[in-house]
Amino acid sequence: MDFYGFIPRSRLFLGTAQYPSPAVLQRAVEAAGVDVVTVSLRREAGRLGGGQDFWALIRGLGVRVLPNTAGCHSVKEAVTTAQMAREVFGTPWIKLEVIGEADTLQPDVFGLTEAARILCAEGFEVFPYMTEDLVVAERLVEAGCRVLMPWGAPIGTGKGLNNPYGLRALRAHFPDIPLVVDAGIGLPSHAAAAMELGYDAVLLNTAVAKAGDPAAMAAAFARAVEAGRLAFEAGPMEPRDMAAPSTPVLGRALLG
Amino acid sequence: MQIIVNGDTREVAAPVLAEALAELGYAGAVVATAVNEAFVSAAARAQTLLAEGDRLEILAPMQGG
Repeated sequence: MDFYGFIPRSRLFLGTAQYPSPAVLQRAVEAAGVDVVTVSLRREAGRLGGGQDFWALIRGLGVRVLPNTAGCHSVKEAVTTAQMAREVFGTPWIKLEVIGEADTLQPDVFGLTEAARILCAEGFEVFPYMTEDLVVAERLVEAGCRVLMPWGAPIGTGKGLNNPYGLRALRAHFPDIPLVVDAGIGLPSHAAAAMELGYDAVLLNTAVAKAGDPAAMAAAFARAVEAGRLAFEAGPMEPRDMAAPSTPVLGRALLG
Repeated sequence: MQIIVNGDTREVAAPVLAEALAELGYAGAVVATAVNEAFVSAAARAQTLLAEGDRLEILAPMQGG
């Protein structure tokens, strides 16, 4: 499975925000061995503004960048931000966010599909941040998206997979589209659960950045993602309601 | 003339975006620009004229999730 032709070594994609320092961010990226990180665009104060140092740090990491349109609430804002990001970061990749609700940061799926259509037509390689809605997913694929990124839970909540049934259905309906659980992951076990569902990658930020030891947590997530993927490929057993002895009954001694 | 730069009113002498950027202290910086909410590519800055009251956004790489 590739992401617009790119095959990452790690199935963990990491956000770059909220770390205690740039050095801690760097250690987290290195500890997890990630090769895709998300970045953003914000107003710059001048030639010596913070963005220049940040960009030098990211380039030094030798990773692919996935710019986002975080904070955009309209199609126009998101499209213009994507155009600006493509020039600055030198990549057609865009994590497309069109936020529709302030409390949940829930995607505006109507604006999302419209913006995705415009950006795909302009040659962008769109990673849409979406709900797990199958019909929205269909519209995004029709618009030209070749990756889908449903949320696990609202951004920054760390609640894990709110709707495993919906995520499983999405996986079943789109066996050939790379799927990434983006947002809401709080623990490595959540990431493993996403991978066990057959998802191709997970994208998270706060759970690592806000950990007591971000580099150690990044390493924990990297192992969880690997474990979950390996488990999916290995073919998990079907759960059942009644107990079944795992030790053979045949040959059991009569001792009482 | 007065224009709005990243939300603040600023005085610039240069009428061309490329020169105004240098005047504002962005020479050599990795930035993307938009004028009145429309993206202006780096290549187009030398041909983009500014007018009184224009809204200029100057964005740079930043941490993001």
